[in-house]
Amino acid sequence: MLIKRRSSIKSSEITPESVYVNRRRFLQGLAGTTALALTPGASAIPAYSLDKDQPQYPGPDWLQGALRDSVRNEAFSTDEKPAPYGNIITHNNFYEFGLGKQDPSQKAQAFKTDPWKVEIAGEVNKPGVYNLEDLLRPHALEERIYRLRCVEAWSMVIPWMGFSLGDLLKRFEPTSKAKYVEFTTLQDSEQMPGQRSFFSTLDWPYVEGLRMDEAMHPLTLLAVGLYGNALPPQNGAPFRLVVPWKYGFKSIKSIVKIRLVEEMPGTTWNRTASGEYGFYANVNPAVDHPRWSQATERRLPSSLFSPNIVDTRPFNGYADEVAGLYSGMDLQRWF
Amino acid sequence: MVLTGIRANTLKPYALWWLVFLLPLLPLVWLFEQAWSMNLGADPAQAIVKFTGLWTLRLLWITLAVTPLRRIFHWGWLQRYRRMLGLYALFYAMVHLLAFATFILGWRPDLLWRELSERPYIVVGSLALLLLIPLGITSTRGMQRRLGARWVKLHRLVYVIALLAMVHFIWQIRSSFEDQLFYGVILAALLGYRIWMRRNSLKRKNLLR
Repeated sequence: MLIKRRSSIKSSEITPESVYVNRRRFLQGLAGTTALALTPGASAIPAYSLDKDQPQYPGPDWLQGALRDSVRNEAFSTDEKPAPYGNIITHNNFYEFGLGKQDPSQKAQAFKTDPWKVEIAGEVNKPGVYNLEDLLRPHALEERIYRLRCVEAWSMVIPWMGFSLGDLLKRFEPTSKAKYVEFTTLQDSEQMPGQRSFFSTLDWPYVEGLRMDEAMHPLTLLAVGLYGNALPPQNGAPFRLVVPWKYGFKSIKSIVKIRLVEEMPGTTWNRTASGEYGFYANVNPAVDHPRWSQATERRLPSSLFSPNIVDTRPFNGYADEVAGLYSGMDLQRWF
Repeated sequence: MVLTGIRANTLKPYALWWLVFLLPLLPLVWLFEQAWSMNLGADPAQAIVKFTGLWTLRLLWITLAVTPLRRIFHWGWLQRYRRMLGLYALFYAMVHLLAFATFILGWRPDLLWRELSERPYIVVGSLALLLLIPLGITSTRGMQRRLGARWVKLHRLVYVIALLAMVHFIWQIRSSFEDQLFYGVILAALLGYRIWMRRNSLKRKNLLR
């Protein structure tokens, strides 16, 4: 049996950047020279046909090898069709860059995401401030195609590249007091115009949280890439959380701090409107947002004259994997 | 010479009429162009609904501004365009609702019922549109003559409609109230002016007595 081995040669030494920026072209080049390194049957990332005129986000040099070596995790990936790359990078909420869905893509392009430091704090044996590069080095990246369900009742299928949050947390040795994980987004009003807004009801920095068992669940992803590229700044570069069974606002972007704590942490949307956004925020068609129904969602892209309306599923379709985390809990109360 | 003079006089209001008729169509033309060239982003449905809703509000506010502007700046000519502006507000409101039902709900009866029974801001918005319809129907000169004093009373409904539209707008605030504050302040000024005028005219009446 052949087992896939990671090459010890830095991939940037094999392939010039101009070639590996475009994955499809890279794979074509690879086929001629290092075809033997690829195991037959290994699920290499398919060649995404990104249009040339679409913005490319190659990311920092140190990320190239990991991005290129990433392999699709088929077990964790939906076979639903991913939204086009152009849609994913121009339609999302990132209120630090404005309230409109296109604001992030328009206002985040100059956002500096490398170098990046992340603080690991709280109930761990190895707290400290780390360079993102060092933080990510031991982790092999996987591609996972997840559904993302926004609390505003639209959804997209997105191919992320990243690794399980749990694998990272274990390295820092959580103590027995670690019951929750609190995440914090960068606060930098120079770079993030939304944080300067006088009219916003949100407190900055953006904070989110997970219960420890949710954080350790293998589906909980730390994403650094998208569609074979690095994560674009508007989508939460350089690294973000993706919790596919919860509403999108739980999946905090551009993380600068991960703190393990004993008490349930406060979260930004819950502080702003506790009656509308709970701590858990599990996708649940049976619990409506006070102002709108959550029973259905519009899967984007959606054609104008026959809108792509699909029924929202409990835990966004990941109930088999995660419903057990909440057994015995009243989900109407802990929404 | 005399003839051209007459012509110029009749042409001028005629040109102005066309201007007021065509200008409010521009946003819709722009929207069509943007939709046609796929420029409305990943969720054009939401973009169209939002855009037409905002223009309904703008046209309604502009209609409500006719009376104060006419009185303050003595622009008597403005009055004759009020009906058209009001009808445009109704027109955009209808496009707004049609776009919502078609592009967002796909005319699914279960969703239509659900939205109308569960989303209070949609109920309020629909009510505003519903009340606007009789005003549109009775906007003709003939109806105005036939209804007489009752016409004035009926058309005071526009204040209620504007307030309902404002509530519909406010109810959608997620985290920023910037736009709502902007439109709210203008509406407050437009309605405040009427209250102020009314109080003045009451005072004058009392003085005369």
